[in-house]
Amino acid sequence: MSGATLRRRPLRERSAWSRLQPLVTVVLVTVLVGIPMWLVVMTAGKSQGEALSPNLAPPTDWQLWENLREVWERGRIPSAFAGSLLVMVPAVAGVLVLGSMAAWVLARRTGRAYAVLYAAAISGIVLPPAVVTIVLLLRQLGLAGTAAGMIGVYAGIYLSTVIFFVTGFVRTIPLELEEAARVDGAGPVKVFVRIILPLLRPVLATATILICLYVWNDVFYAFFVLGGRLDTLPLNLFQVASAGLYLNNWHLIFMYVVLMSLPLLIVFVVAQRKIISGITSGAVK
Amino acid sequence: MAHAPAADRRRERTTHPGWFLLPALVVLAVFFVVPTVFNFVYAFTDWSSFTSEINAVGFDNFTALAESGTLFSSLRITLVYAVLVAIFQNVFGLALAVLLERDTALNRIARAAFFIPVLMSALAVGYIFQALLKPDGALNDVLGFVAGRDVATPWLGDTTWTIVVVALIHAWKWMGLSMLIYLAGLKTMPEDVLEAARMDGAPAWKAFWTIRFPLLAPAVTFSVATALLGSMNGFDIVQATTEGGPARTTEILNIFIYRTFGQGLFAQATTMSLVLFLMVALLAFPVIRMLRRREEVL
Repeated sequence: MSGATLRRRPLRERSAWSRLQPLVTVVLVTVLVGIPMWLVVMTAGKSQGEALSPNLAPPTDWQLWENLREVWERGRIPSAFAGSLLVMVPAVAGVLVLGSMAAWVLARRTGRAYAVLYAAAISGIVLPPAVVTIVLLLRQLGLAGTAAGMIGVYAGIYLSTVIFFVTGFVRTIPLELEEAARVDGAGPVKVFVRIILPLLRPVLATATILICLYVWNDVFYAFFVLGGRLDTLPLNLFQVASAGLYLNNWHLIFMYVVLMSLPLLIVFVVAQRKIISGITSGAVK
Repeated sequence: MAHAPAADRRRERTTHPGWFLLPALVVLAVFFVVPTVFNFVYAFTDWSSFTSEINAVGFDNFTALAESGTLFSSLRITLVYAVLVAIFQNVFGLALAVLLERDTALNRIARAAFFIPVLMSALAVGYIFQALLKPDGALNDVLGFVAGRDVATPWLGDTTWTIVVVALIHAWKWMGLSMLIYLAGLKTMPEDVLEAARMDGAPAWKAFWTIRFPLLAPAVTFSVATALLGSMNGFDIVQATTEGGPARTTEILNIFIYRTFGQGLFAQATTMSLVLFLMVALLAFPVIRMLRRREEVL
């Protein structure tokens, strides 16, 4: 059903609003999103002197390339990018695989113990992780400041989210689909890999987007776990900005913001429709 | 079901074996449960970067934090911040969802535009607003242009109102996500209910509040709960805009934890981490129950 037919209203009221709505939309987008983004791009193109007090005026002399080169070195962009990927890819992949395996069994088993396990497994959605003592534990395990430690911490934080979303989804998959495969002699591993995993695609896509977003942009947990021993993009932004605010290097900070946001923005522009419909269907499922 | 429950359960054991849970449970135990248990232990010690020994000190950390006033002020600020964020984010999200409900080309572009802040790093968002809201920043420039005189409001330097400003920034970053959740709710409403509302001939705004809004209840629950509990665990936006200031009036618990950890006072940081855990756990029980009930319905 399209929205147009749902909004049949008294004629005068409707036509007034339908003429006004596009105007309101354009104004809101311009003011609420346009102005902040404009500020970022304009400041990223300015010289240090001009960017000292960031305003909405375009740069008199575009310095995008010079600023890019300076940030590239000072912010150690290549190693930060590699570090971010090194942590994000295994963390997200691991969380999806382990989470789906657990969610499948949690959704299908009926025993009381499994209901308790499920409640415990999803409690991490709301409970905050113990950031300080994680550092202590990782030191004892010899994982402090390593990518492996960071991957484990992210997995521990976001497994609950995956288990919650996937368990809800599995319950909507008819048991008969599994039964048919079992009649053909398939064991649990085969049923999971051949039948369940392919059906989970939409919910896993949504979970991937959300968790990538959280991990890619995280600075709080990374600060505690990595402690400057491995570069990630947000950590280096934090560093550049902490030094930069002192020196008033707004042009470098915003050039860094542009560089760091570009990968996610490009993915979003390419897959925009799928992402938005994926999140909306995930939220109501 | 033809089978007895006991027989069913026995069959489940072979068709859905428990060992599928094992890897996830091990990761959760090592990286989530054990640190949390440590929280309950080390909050009662004098663990710091200054000595290598760690001794039990009972409730000393709690009493010290309570006596200095930090404990209650941080708790109060965190709660105020979370409630403000939850209100702003959901009011904006719902308003945007209603505004952009129809599937026109313009509305699709606008929805995508409001989702851009969700994709951006919260730290970056904080820096953008710090630049916009400086006393000599762009917002005051614009206001000064409109008013015809110089405006130098220190938006991020007020001991009373800055927490509201920072909560608004947090809400701005996440309102796109709430918008999507509400759009999903608006789009899955049963056709017959809407039909009845239309036949009724009530004014549009009245029909919205009496008929469509109650049907959004699951979306409201989900969006409010995630906003509330998410902002209690906030850090980046506050750090990037005010670093907890002015005069520590925006110092939410995670800012305190970050600051004291940086000073090497690990036990104090752990104590506050435990306080945060307990506060969220107390508030989360009703929330989890709601989430589970929502899920059983579907």
